[in-house]
Amino acid sequence: MTATSDLDAPAIARRSPAEESARRRRRWRHLPQYVAVSPFFLLFAVFGLYPVFYSLYLSLQRWDGVGPMKFVGLENFRYLLTDSQFWDSIANTLIIWVMSTVPMTVLALLIALGLNSSIRFKGVLRVAYFMPNVTSIVAMSLVFGSIFSGEFGILNWILDLFGFGHVPWLTDPWGIRCAIAIMIIWRWTGYNAIIFLAGLQALPTDVYEAARVDGASPVQTFFRITLPLLRPVLLFSLVMSAIGGLQIFTESQVLLGDRGGPGGAGLTMVLYFYGTAFADNDFGYGAAIAWGIFVVVVLFSILNWRLVQRPERGQVTIKEDMR
Amino acid sequence: MSTRGRVLTYAALLVGAVITLFPYYWLAVMASNTTPDIYSSPPKLIFGGQLFHNIGEVFSKIDFFGSLLNTLVVAIVTTVAVLFFDSLAAFTFAKYTFPGSKILFGILLATFVVPTQLAAIPQFSLMADLGWVGSLKALIVPAAANAFGIFWMRQYAAGALPDELLDAARIDGCGFFRTYLYVGLPVLRPALAFLGIFTFVNVWNDFLWPLVVLIDSRHITLQLALAQLNGLYVTDYSVVMAGTLVAIVPLIIIFLFGARHFIRNIAAGALKG
Repeated sequence: MTATSDLDAPAIARRSPAEESARRRRRWRHLPQYVAVSPFFLLFAVFGLYPVFYSLYLSLQRWDGVGPMKFVGLENFRYLLTDSQFWDSIANTLIIWVMSTVPMTVLALLIALGLNSSIRFKGVLRVAYFMPNVTSIVAMSLVFGSIFSGEFGILNWILDLFGFGHVPWLTDPWGIRCAIAIMIIWRWTGYNAIIFLAGLQALPTDVYEAARVDGASPVQTFFRITLPLLRPVLLFSLVMSAIGGLQIFTESQVLLGDRGGPGGAGLTMVLYFYGTAFADNDFGYGAAIAWGIFVVVVLFSILNWRLVQRPERGQVTIKEDMR
Repeated sequence: MSTRGRVLTYAALLVGAVITLFPYYWLAVMASNTTPDIYSSPPKLIFGGQLFHNIGEVFSKIDFFGSLLNTLVVAIVTTVAVLFFDSLAAFTFAKYTFPGSKILFGILLATFVVPTQLAAIPQFSLMADLGWVGSLKALIVPAAANAFGIFWMRQYAAGALPDELLDAARIDGCGFFRTYLYVGLPVLRPALAFLGIFTFVNVWNDFLWPLVVLIDSRHITLQLALAQLNGLYVTDYSVVMAGTLVAIVPLIIIFLFGARHFIRNIAAGALKG
């Protein structure tokens, strides 16, 4: 469809018709490729780029979404810096992230090691462990809401059975954070186990043979060989969990409502943004919060990046040896 | 491995799997009993006979069927659009160089860092200006092509499509789009299957954006219907659970169909990334 036949070239052109058509062909040669990649860029321009700049403009306004905007300068940002709810929401998000990521990584690693040993029914187990990851968060938040229910919940009933007494999961600040963290652990452990398993299966076997010949114990082998070799996969998982962890929203919103429950213990950054912008219709301040979240995400990413860039222990040893 | 080690590994993996699957079992138990049974102490731990009665309640109390239909429409249309636009762009980026192609791909990667909530408020007011608030278009159009799919499929296409194949197509007189259609797409089929399930699952489960643009309207999705059901019938918990069960079963069936392939791709993608 790009080819322009020589007959199309205008006869009055000063250049020879063949030359002219070649020029034109060259100019339009890549048109199909530009058309092919354009849908994403057009959609991004309209629904991504323009909104981002507009939100910068909005963050300088006071606006309820209906009436006229009022320019307030940096007032929203000044307020944001002293807004204890915003800082609390950052703290809650980070606390829940740590409470979920640490146990999740350990559990996923154990499951991956189990699945990597010579056992049967691996396929079925893998599917079972992965299933939570594709199940609706809203649906499972409702189910967990009942499991965690203070008085009638099955979890407290089980705890009672073993003589532990009731835990006020959904009314106590730490109970709330625990409940949300457990839901995240439930959802992502299988996903990470699958990734760790793939990492384990890709490890070179000769190193393990050497370790066996040298008489290394399984525990030594794990800490000295497996873990260091798995580092890139572990870091990938860490980066992914950081990206997702800073966006926690649905669990809190469904379980505890727009304000994050009693004491606001479940108020995450994105939930605070949602509540301010779309429950209170405070669009100007909402936009400022969104930029605040963006800054937190960037800082967190830089921290992650530094961690990834840190030289591996093996390389350090070599350098020290050379000195 | 020693027999003892093997038995221990099995036991541990089994306990883990039971804990992982327990919420599904518990959901089914609650959905098939009456609300007083759920709240009794000790609670009923096995399936009851109320499932179909409870599901009937769900469908009669709110427009659950409508929300199911809306979700299906959004999920299918979005998935088809994503598969077409993403594969076309991925095919192009993988196999053609044209002025600016590197820069464009760089821009595409850079869009990953834009957090969704940064654009959410202006997107909402844009939807209001377009008159799309409350319409399924507000969900489908912005999601019709995405950077992740293009990036992921480009990696696949670069490895799976040999240049010789494209040269052969060119010699046979195939234009660009015909080459994509008859040479590119067939080779990309495994990648399309993965991206298809991935997109379908994400659209089906999406909550925040539908909550923003569809709430208080007649066209709601399944996830919003669930949240509404929970708000309206807190006292009738077994009905809420029946609705929840109906909402997750279709997706679980789809997942089980493609599970092996899907899980393998998730793992492979992580190792490359």
